Amino acid sequence: MRRLRGSAFAAGVAMLAAWTLLPIYLVAIGGFGGPDAVYRWPKSFWPENLSLDTFRRFVAIGGIWQATEQSVKVALITVVLSLALGVPAGYALARLRFRGATTYRLVILLTRAFPVGILALPLAVSFARFGLYDTALGVALVHTALALPFAVLVTASLFVGIPRELEEAAWVFGCTGPGAFRRIILPLALPGIAATAVFSFVLSWNEVFAAAVLTLRHRTLTAFLLTVLSESPLHIQLAGGFMLIVPSVLFIFLVRRYLFAMWGIASR
Amino acid sequence: MAELLIEGVAKSFGPVVALAEATLAIGDGEFVALLGPSGCGKTTLLRIVAGLEEANCGQVLIGGRDVSALPPRARGLAMVFQNYAVFPHMTVGENVAFGLAMARAPAARIAKQVARAASLMQIETLLGRYPAQLSGGQRQRVAVARALAVEPAVLLMDEPLSNLDALLRLEMRAELKAVLREAGTTTLYVTHDQTEAMGLADRVAVMHEGRIVQIAAPSDVYRRPASVFVGGFVGNPPMNFLRVAAVSGEVRLGALRLSAPMEEGGLLLGIRPEQLAVVETGGFLFRVAVAEPLGTHLLLTGETGGQRMRAVVPPDATVVAGAELLLAFDPAAIRWMDAASGRAIGAA
Ligand SMILES: Nc1ncnc2c1ncn2[C@@H]1O[C@H](COP(=O)(O)OP(=O)(O)O)[C@@H](O)[C@H]1O
Ligand SMILES: [Mg+2]
Repeated sequence: MRRLRGSAFAAGVAMLAAWTLLPIYLVAIGGFGGPDAVYRWPKSFWPENLSLDTFRRFVAIGGIWQATEQSVKVALITVVLSLALGVPAGYALARLRFRGATTYRLVILLTRAFPVGILALPLAVSFARFGLYDTALGVALVHTALALPFAVLVTASLFVGIPRELEEAAWVFGCTGPGAFRRIILPLALPGIAATAVFSFVLSWNEVFAAAVLTLRHRTLTAFLLTVLSESPLHIQLAGGFMLIVPSVLFIFLVRRYLFAMWGIASR
Repeated sequence: MAELLIEGVAKSFGPVVALAEATLAIGDGEFVALLGPSGCGKTTLLRIVAGLEEANCGQVLIGGRDVSALPPRARGLAMVFQNYAVFPHMTVGENVAFGLAMARAPAARIAKQVARAASLMQIETLLGRYPAQLSGGQRQRVAVARALAVEPAVLLMDEPLSNLDALLRLEMRAELKAVLREAGTTTLYVTHDQTEAMGLADRVAVMHEGRIVQIAAPSDVYRRPASVFVGGFVGNPPMNFLRVAAVSGEVRLGALRLSAPMEEGGLLLGIRPEQLAVVETGGFLFRVAVAEPLGTHLLLTGETGGQRMRAVVPPDATVVAGAELLLAFDPAAIRWMDAASGRAIGAA
């Protein structure tokens, strides 16, 4: 019985892993294998004739470096804004008792219930009015709105995990409120806050819809590739896809522990 | 160093009355233990003194200065937390120096006072380590050293020994007493362990349901409890209380005739189990239900006149369950209690 449950669990894990990893793998061999590999039938599952040719052609696409730069810029602004707003909000949720705290927590999650698709058009109109259309800041604002619920909830769970007495000890031994936060809470929460930053970065890096609707000439990498690659041969598309996937997967892998903590899975 | 005055302090959390009313004066350099069962409001009172909790009313004065409105850092006190609250990302040395560094003390003074506190608590060899590399007992030492290093006017301790195992607790208790005597700091020490309170403190303040019910020297609290609660809470085994009736100013218990503090009516006769002695003649009848040999003494549990009673007799007495003994005591050892209010009669 135990063995049976164990193998059922293993099978589930294997299926989930295959579900995620197989497409990435196929994208990778498509990208590295060149046009022959992509169009050959039957497909070979094992990589053959790997070369970086496709990638060389990919990075030579005109405008790709500006788009990458724009992506990094938007992602960095997103990180700064989500931390600047998310960390204090998370702290408040974790430490302060105030009326409507539970409702507030729910509302934070509720913001995720509005699809960007619905918001994008009205946003484009008002952004044009505010002069935010086609700017890094404009896209970053939308990305911040997307990243903020996670930033707030992850940092709140970090702060909950830090004993209140540590803070109180700091107050007793001479710290002001902000002083105790800076000297005690922040150093202890730093790894988790860094994880939150990475998560916001990845979210912004990957987001394509808002970025595509809200920009025209200053596109982020995803939005740029969306337009450019739709006219490119398949193996170039795959190479582009691979380039987009890799940083996200790497980053998420690095911070997986904190994401588990966020979803309430004990992982220590 | 300074005296600590707590005047009419009360605190409720919503409908929960944590602290009904507390007034307590602690002299300069005095060590007072706040003793009471779990949930009686000890921590709440301590946190109000520290400024970590805001009282609904009343005042806290340190060295004659009203600190009620001041934040914790401005009150000139130090605190040892129940779970130590040693900063995990700082070395032991940085922890001990923390309060002084925050006060921007000159480096020479920091070095001197850290060294002194560390040597008092015997943690000199640990100064470079991180708390994660320490045992519970060592962390506890660090927490005390951190508090002593700032040479506070008032030292607050919330059950600092409760997380240690029994043997270590005994060791630390003696050590703490010696260290604090040497430091001579005004100390308010919270505990639910009566042995700890009695052993450490100059005076014990016994708390019950959000009130301080007695403040006295340990021996006084023990011999002359102010209420049935105190008599039952302090001392192990607890004080015996027998329901008796006074007739013409006299209470009869077997062959004993005791002069009562009232003419007629019901009252409680309080007597410590150690005050009871087995006698050949006279005395009152005691039926033994259980005899427990505890090494230093023999603890007898049984009943007299249908009321439960405990007696402590020398370890060499041969008493078996079911035996009937005659017991007597010195009338001067009696503590009379009012049957209705549970308070001592004629208590000062
Ligand atoms: N922050 C709080 N919120 C609500 N109730 C509290 C709070 N702190 C203490 N209490 C209540 O106040 C009472 C006294 O608590 P406490 O002072 O911690 O007791 P003790 O330290 O003597 O065990 C308890 O009934 C406790 O549940
Ligand atoms: Mg307590």
